Amino acid sequence: MVYLTRKIEFSAAHRYHNPAFSEEENRRIFGKCNNANGHGHNYVLEVTVGGEADPETGMVLDLKELKEILEREVMERMDHRFLNYEVPELAGQIPTCENIAAVIWKLLEYKISKGRLARVRLWESPDLYVDCYGNGQP
Amino acid sequence: MRLELTRRYALAASHRLHNPKLDEAENRRLYGKCNNPYGHGHNYFVEVTVTGPVDTATGMIANLADLDRYVEREVIEPFDHTYLNMDSEAFRERVPTTENFCMEIFERLKKFPGARLVRVRLEETGRNSFEYAGPGE
Repeated sequence: MVYLTRKIEFSAAHRYHNPAFSEEENRRIFGKCNNANGHGHNYVLEVTVGGEADPETGMVLDLKELKEILEREVMERMDHRFLNYEVPELAGQIPTCENIAAVIWKLLEYKISKGRLARVRLWESPDLYVDCYGNGQP
Repeated sequence: MRLELTRRYALAASHRLHNPKLDEAENRRLYGKCNNPYGHGHNYFVEVTVTGPVDTATGMIANLADLDRYVEREVIEPFDHTYLNMDSEAFRERVPTTENFCMEIFERLKKFPGARLVRVRLEETGRNSFEYAGPGE
């Protein structure tokens, strides 16, 4: 098995707020991330696909194809968006790094035409990232 | 689907690699420049990885403020801007190599109540790093 990783960057706004909590609870639990008008990050996404190199092309999956999938599924959906209001897949969820990574995993999992999705790593900032793996993977 | 959250922290400390059971020449041969009698320092980066179910009310595996406070109390406060050999009980009997330092940090964080500690990765410089996920891992 060989693994291929492609990195993209998108910028988006979000706000952590649970309407089931009081204002004070939201403030206490989410801190600055509860700011009413939101705030944003430059997210860095690393998508890893595992598989065998095709003997004809030497590739696990054509990078051009992976680039197009990421453009269509992630960039068009999330880049320069307010994640709470503009990304239907996140509706009703707090758009934490955990939840965004899980949404990206679900968006990509069955779109990879060769090999299989091995890991989604989403950096929210240089000191915080979340890794998402499928069931039964290391 | 399984999610792991990793948080990265910086700390600066000095150390000296020296084993008192070995003679001067052996220490010199084994540890080279790292055996310099007065020690030397690094800007370490600690990556702490935790896992667990994502709380649907908060969207989080662990509240970052809780994790930050715990790491600050257990690791940053005791080790940042210290001389590992002299300032910490942890290295009275052990050489403060980054392997041992990484294992020490894992031991200090494994009881974090907010989520399950998966691994600690410790960068000594931009070119070398060490990972520990507990005994047998």
